[in-house]
Amino acid sequence: MIHFVLLISRQGKVRLTKWYSTYTQKERTKVIRELSGVILTRGPKLCNFVEWRGFKVVYKRYASLYFCMCIDQDDNELEILEIIHHYVEILDRYFGSVCELDLIFNFHKAYYILDEILIAGELQESSKKTVARLIAAQDSLVETAKEQASSISNIIAQATK
Amino acid sequence: MGSQGGFYQSKEFLDLVKSIGEARSKAEEDRIVLNEIETLKRRISEPDIPKRKMKEYIIRLVYVEMLGHDASFGYIHAVKMTHDDSLLVKRTGYLAVTLFLNEDHDLIILIVNTIQKDLKSDNFLVVCAALNAVSKLINEETIPAVLPQVVELLAHPKEAVRKKAIMALHRFYQKSPSSVSHLVSNFRKRLCDNDPGVMGATLCPLFDLITRDVNSYKDLVISFVSILKQVVERRVPKAYDYHQMPAPFIQIKLLKILALLGSGDKQSSAKMYTVVGDIFRKCDSSSNIGNAILYECICCVSSIYPNPKLLESAADVISRFLKSDSHNLKYMGVDALGRLIKISPEIAEQHQLAVIDCLEDPDDTLKRKTFELLYKMTKSTNVEVIVDRMIDYMISINDNHYKTEIASRCVELAEQFAPSNRWFIQTMNKVFEHAGDLVNIKVAHNLMRLIAEGFGEDDDTADSQLRSSAVESYLCILGEPKLPSVFLQVICWVLGEYGTTDGKFSASYIIGKLCDVAEAYSNDETVKAYAVTALMKIHTFEIAAGRKVDMLPECQSLMEELLASHSTDLQQRAYELQAVIGLDAHAVACIMPSDASCEDIEVDKGLSFLNGYIQESIEKGAQPYIPESERSGMLNISNFRSQDHHEASSHGLRFEAYELPKPIVQSKIPPASLASTELVPVPEKMYPRESYQTTVPSVSSDAGPSELKLRLDGVQMKWGRPTFSPATSTSNSTISQKTVNGITQVDGASTANSRTRETYDSRKPQVEISPEKKKLAASLFGGSSKTEKRAATGHKISKSSSHMVEKSHVPKSSMEVASEKTPPVQQPLDLLDLGEPTVTSTVPSVDPFKQLEGLVDTTQVASAVNHGLTAAAKSPDIMALYSETPADGDLLSGVLNPSMTNMPGGTTTRQSMPRSKGPNPKDSLEKDALVRQMGVTPASQNPNLFKDLLG
Repeated sequence: MIHFVLLISRQGKVRLTKWYSTYTQKERTKVIRELSGVILTRGPKLCNFVEWRGFKVVYKRYASLYFCMCIDQDDNELEILEIIHHYVEILDRYFGSVCELDLIFNFHKAYYILDEILIAGELQESSKKTVARLIAAQDSLVETAKEQASSISNIIAQATK
Repeated sequence: MGSQGGFYQSKEFLDLVKSIGEARSKAEEDRIVLNEIETLKRRISEPDIPKRKMKEYIIRLVYVEMLGHDASFGYIHAVKMTHDDSLLVKRTGYLAVTLFLNEDHDLIILIVNTIQKDLKSDNFLVVCAALNAVSKLINEETIPAVLPQVVELLAHPKEAVRKKAIMALHRFYQKSPSSVSHLVSNFRKRLCDNDPGVMGATLCPLFDLITRDVNSYKDLVISFVSILKQVVERRVPKAYDYHQMPAPFIQIKLLKILALLGSGDKQSSAKMYTVVGDIFRKCDSSSNIGNAILYECICCVSSIYPNPKLLESAADVISRFLKSDSHNLKYMGVDALGRLIKISPEIAEQHQLAVIDCLEDPDDTLKRKTFELLYKMTKSTNVEVIVDRMIDYMISINDNHYKTEIASRCVELAEQFAPSNRWFIQTMNKVFEHAGDLVNIKVAHNLMRLIAEGFGEDDDTADSQLRSSAVESYLCILGEPKLPSVFLQVICWVLGEYGTTDGKFSASYIIGKLCDVAEAYSNDETVKAYAVTALMKIHTFEIAAGRKVDMLPECQSLMEELLASHSTDLQQRAYELQAVIGLDAHAVACIMPSDASCEDIEVDKGLSFLNGYIQESIEKGAQPYIPESERSGMLNISNFRSQDHHEASSHGLRFEAYELPKPIVQSKIPPASLASTELVPVPEKMYPRESYQTTVPSVSSDAGPSELKLRLDGVQMKWGRPTFSPATSTSNSTISQKTVNGITQVDGASTANSRTRETYDSRKPQVEISPEKKKLAASLFGGSSKTEKRAATGHKISKSSSHMVEKSHVPKSSMEVASEKTPPVQQPLDLLDLGEPTVTSTVPSVDPFKQLEGLVDTTQVASAVNHGLTAAAKSPDIMALYSETPADGDLLSGVLNPSMTNMPGGTTTRQSMPRSKGPNPKDSLEKDALVRQMGVTPASQNPNLFKDLLG
C-alpha cells in the first residue's frame, strides 16, 4: 500500500502532498523535512529507493521535481517507480508537456488526476486512456459551467452530464 | 488537450503562489503563508460570497495546508461546499475535505449525509466524487451508513463507478474486515467483470482477503492463472498496455496473489508453472516495467512449491540484475537473491563477488539491502565476518531506527552462531558500546546470564577465562566517557560478581571503579543500584575470604549520599550494604556465596527450619497450629482471604506462631526484605521444600540473574545448539549437518566458484579480482580463494571424514585472515596498492565501478558526517536548500539539458526570461506568454520551472 505521495522541488519546496495513511499535521511536516533531507541529497546514480523508518520510499526525479511515494516493506519498488511514471505521463498528456510550473498553479488538477489513479493507497486504474477520459468528462463540465455560469442555473449544468 | 489547465485563478492567488515561489527562505515563506491565512480568515467568513470566489478560497486553503500550516478554520466551509448542488463546486469541496480531514475527524458526521445523497445521484461524476470521498473519510462507525449503497453501485453501468465502489469496499475491509465479510461473493463476481479496469481493481481486495485466509480461495487458482494467461497473450485492450507490456500492473498483482495461493501447495503451484514460465520467457528485460514483472515472478517462484526449471530462470534473471549497471536493478537483484536463497542456497555462491561489490557500494540503500541478504545467509562459518561488517556499518550511521534493527540482528546472529566465547563477549561489547540504549534490555540480561553460566560445558577453566576476559575488557571500557545505561548495568553486575575472582585486580581497585561509575552516572538510578549491589558483593567476598576491608573514602561518601537518597530502592541497598559489612565472615559467606548466581532458587514455603522452635513452644504449652481448612468457627468463605492478613489478628493462636520468629529472620538475613521490593518473580518460583537459607543466595546475588530466569525460555534453545560451542566442535557439527550431501556439496561449491571465475574472466579478461575481495568472498561464501582451493584439493584423497575436518578448518583460517583485514577492505584502492602493484594498474582502468567506489568512498564519509549534522539541526538544513537555489538550478538545467543551448533562443530572450523548454518550444512559449499576460513572472530565476518533466 502507498502511504503517501509527495512532490518536492529540488529546493525542498512542497508541490503536492497526498496522505493515504493517517498523519497529523505535525507528523506531516516532520516527514517532509526528514525525507527531503534524505532524498534531495542523494546522488544521481544511486538507487531510487530509500529505507525509512521501516518503510521504503521510492522517488524519481523529473527535471527539478521529485516524485516520492512511501510504501510497505514487501511492495515491489520497481512497480511503484512505474506508477510514478504512469502518473507523470498522464500529467504530461493532460497539460501538454507538463512542467513544474503547471503543477504549481494547477495543483488541484494534479490532485484530481491523482485521485483517478490511486485510491486509498492502491492503484485503481492502469489505463491512461480511461483516466484521461474521466478527467476530460469532469473538465467538460467545468468548461460548460464557465460558459454558462452567468445565465443558466446549476441544474442545467448537472443535466448535461 | 493542450494547455487546457490554463490559469484561470484570480490574480490574487497567482500572486500568492508566485511570492511563495520566490521566497528565499523557509521563514519568508512562513510569513507569506501566515499573511494569507489572515486574509482568508477574514474573507471566508464574509456573507454572500459568490460560489466561484468561495471555490478559490478553498483551493487557497488547500495550498496553505499543503505547505504545512493549519487551515482548520476553513474546514467547515469545505464541508459546506460538498453540500452544493453544482458538481463543479461539489468536486472542489470533496477534494478539500479529503485532503483536510482524517477519518476520525468530528466534521465527518456532517458529510455522511451528503455522501449518501450523492451516491444515489444520476450523474456518475457525482457518484465518483462521492466514492473518492468515501474511500478516504468513512471510518469504522460510518461504514454501515453507506455500505448498502456502495454495494449497489457494484452493478452500476459505468465501469468507473464499479471500480471505485470496489476500491471503497476494499478500504472498508481494511478498516473493519467484519463489515464486508459477507460480500466476498461480490468480489468474486467482479473478478469476471468485462472491464479490465474493474477486474484489476478487484484484485486489490482479493489480495488482502487471500492474505488472511488462503484456503478459501484455492478454487480461484485456475481463474487467476487463466486471467494472467490472457493478459500475457495480449488479450486485454491495448489501452492497458504500458511501455509495450500488456497490463503490467495487473500482471504484478496477479503474480502476488499466485505467490500466496501456491505457497506450500504443490497441486496449486503446478497449475501456475506454465504461465509463470511464459512470463519469464516473454518479458522484456530492457524496460523497467519488464524488470518489475520479472522481479515479481522471482518472488512468486520462491514462494510457491519449487520447480527446478523456474528456479533456473529466476537465477538467470537475478544474475542479470546483479550484473546490471543500474543500482535499482542491483538492489532488486540482492533482494531477489535473499528470497531465492532459502530454496536454493547454492546460487549465492555464483554471485559472491557481485554481492561484495554491493556491500562496498557507496549507496546506503544498496548496502542495507546487502546486509539483509547477508543476515539471511549467515552460518557458523561466516558469522564473524558478517557481524564484524555489520557492526562497522552500525557505527558509521546515525539513523536510530536502522541502528536498532542492525544491532538486534548482530545480537541475534552472535547468539546463534558465535564461534567462541571471547568473540561473543567482544561482539556484544561493541554492540553495547555503540548502540547501547537502542538494544533490548533482554540482550543485556542474556549476556549476564551467559557470563554467569558459562557455556553449559564441564570445562570450568574456559568459563573462568571467559569471565576474567570479560572483567578485563570491561575495566578497559569503563575509561570511555559516555556509556549507555544498559551496558553499564552489565558491567557493574559482572564486576561485582567476578571482579575479584581471579585475583588479578584488587578489591579496592574494583570498588574504586564502581564508585566512579556511580558518581559519573549519578542521575541514572538503575546503574547506581547495580553499582551498589556490586559493591556489596565485592565487600562480602572480601570479608568471606578473611581479608580485612576498609571502606574507601569515596565509597563512604557514596554510601552517605545513598543512605539519604530519595529512591527507596537505593536507600535500601545502601542500608543493606552497611549491615552486611558489619557481619562476620561466616554469616557473610552464607548471605553472599561467591559465584552462586546460577544456583537455583528454592524457597521453603513451609518454613521447615522453624520446626525446632515450634516444637519447643508447644512443649512450653503453646497451642498447635490448626490449618485453615480444619478451623470450624471461623470458616466463612466471604472473608476467607482477609482472614489471613488482617482479621487473623483476632485469632490469637496463629498470630503468635508467626510473629515471634520474624525479628530473627530479619536480623539474621537483612537482604531478605529485598525480595519484596524487586524480586517479583521469586514467588512464582517457590517450592515448598528445603531450608529457608537457600533463598538467601538468590536474593543476595542481585536482581540480575533472577530476572534472567524469567527469560530462559526461548533463548536457551539457541544456546543449546551444537553450533555454538567453541571452534573445533563448531566446524565439526556444521559439517556433520552437511554430510547428507557430503563432499558433493563442498565440491560443488568450489566448482561453482571456478565457473564463475571463468565467466568473469571471459567478460573482462584483464581484470584480476583483488585478493581482499576474494578473501572476503571466501569467508562469506565458504571459499573461492586459490590458497584455499589448493588446501582442499590436496587432501581430497583422504577419506571423507578427515577431508571434512580439513575443509572445515580451511575456511576458518581464511576467515581469520579476512577478519583481521576487514578494516582495510573498506578502502579497496589503498589495499590494492599494498597487495599487488600490477593489479592496481589494471583494475581501475577496466572496472569503472571500482574507480567510482574509490572516489565516492571519501565523499560518502563526508556525507555521512553531513547527515549527522542535518539530523542534529534539521531546520537550518532546509534553509540551506533554499539559499542555494538559484545558482544550483541554472547549473543543473544546463547539465541536464544540453540541447537548450542549441535552441533558437533569440526569440525568447527578449524579456530576459531564461527558458529551457527542450522538446516543445512552442508549447512553452505559449505558456510563458500566458504567464506574462497574467502579470506574473513566477520565479524568473528558476528556469527549471519551465522544464518539461518528461523532457
